[in-house]
Amino acid sequence: MATMNVLVATAEREVYRGEADMLVAPGLAGELGILPRHAPLLCQLKAGELRIRKGEEEDQVFVSGGFMEVQPDMVTVLADTAERATDIDEAQAIEAERRARELLEKRSGDTDIALAEAELALAVARLEWLKKRKKH
Amino acid sequence: MATAKEIRGQIKAVQNTAKITKAMELVAASKMRKAQDRVLAGRAYAEGIRRVIGNLMQAHPEYSHPFITKRDQVKKVGVIVVTTDKGLCGGLNTNALKAALNLVKDVQVGVESYTIGRRAAQFMRKIVKDLPAAVDEIPDAAELSDVLGVVSVAMERYIAGEVDEVHLVYSEFINTMTQRPVVTRLLPCLEVQEPTHPGYWDYIYEPDSKAALDGLLRRYVESLVYHAVLENKACEHSARMIAMKSATDNAKGIVRDLKISYNKARQASITQEIAEICSGAAAAG
Repeated sequence: MATMNVLVATAEREVYRGEADMLVAPGLAGELGILPRHAPLLCQLKAGELRIRKGEEEDQVFVSGGFMEVQPDMVTVLADTAERATDIDEAQAIEAERRARELLEKRSGDTDIALAEAELALAVARLEWLKKRKKH
Repeated sequence: MATAKEIRGQIKAVQNTAKITKAMELVAASKMRKAQDRVLAGRAYAEGIRRVIGNLMQAHPEYSHPFITKRDQVKKVGVIVVTTDKGLCGGLNTNALKAALNLVKDVQVGVESYTIGRRAAQFMRKIVKDLPAAVDEIPDAAELSDVLGVVSVAMERYIAGEVDEVHLVYSEFINTMTQRPVVTRLLPCLEVQEPTHPGYWDYIYEPDSKAALDGLLRRYVESLVYHAVLENKACEHSARMIAMKSATDNAKGIVRDLKISYNKARQASITQEIAEICSGAAAAG
């Protein structure tokens, strides 16, 4: 069976590099499943989970948004920030959500509400992802 | 001739300077290693986005983004200059700024500058009239967000048609001994040299080609500048390490010379004293 090369990177570091049988990405309009020999695709990502399957193994990476380019033999994910399942901390995620809500409630003049909303959406997405991971 | 006591004071002063330069050398050495690691860590993204943009230039999108469209007439040019904040790093900033100066002379149209690092701001302010954006005190562990301000000003000025080209000047890290100033064009993006995906094809865009292209091209420009800042950090620390090492070596040489003069002065004073005692004794006898 054909495989494809996958590279997941943020500006600061490389998150994942390797072969994969299948990849599921959080596209702006919904989840996208990518198999090898997919047609060229350029897609914006929203905050969510990126799943990379290789044989029986599955790797999960949390991305906060970014871009994905698909070529038949190669997928490049350029994430804004990305965290591997192993290095995300639940306490930190909860704290981030709390702070974002606080910021939104205050609605003081100098806080950018759109920015706070985006931050909250990110914190919630991250927390949901963590909860789901815990169940497994 | 200086007395022995004066020379002893000079030796002390030079030795103290040597201690400081030695400490700076060690600090720079450890910072350099970290900075090099960061350059390597950021290389994956730079490589990824360069490949994607390369592919994109070969596709045939129906929407033509200003970042990849060359303008017929260049009336004004913007240049992003990356240097360090502090000196004491050999000829690093001088070389980068010389390259920037040559660029300003070569383009023969108006130039405005956006600077990263205090040295660049100080210098560019003198040679170009407009300095729409300047940032300094970028931390060693620079993040993408640290450079976004300057880059977005440059991109907005380009989109608004205030400038028709944007160039980037920074120092490239080759190895510890060698750093090279680099001048490259950021906008419009450079053309692909050898096509890797021939034929007439286009991407499927999601949500649409305009949003996807715009977001991706912006990130491309941002990542290039961010990478330049990382490279410049690695250059700064290695150049400073070398500069401080030669300063320490110089100080040691000076101490050696001063010690010889000190011994000579000491011997001369002893000789003189003995001569005085002898002549005193002879006069008394």
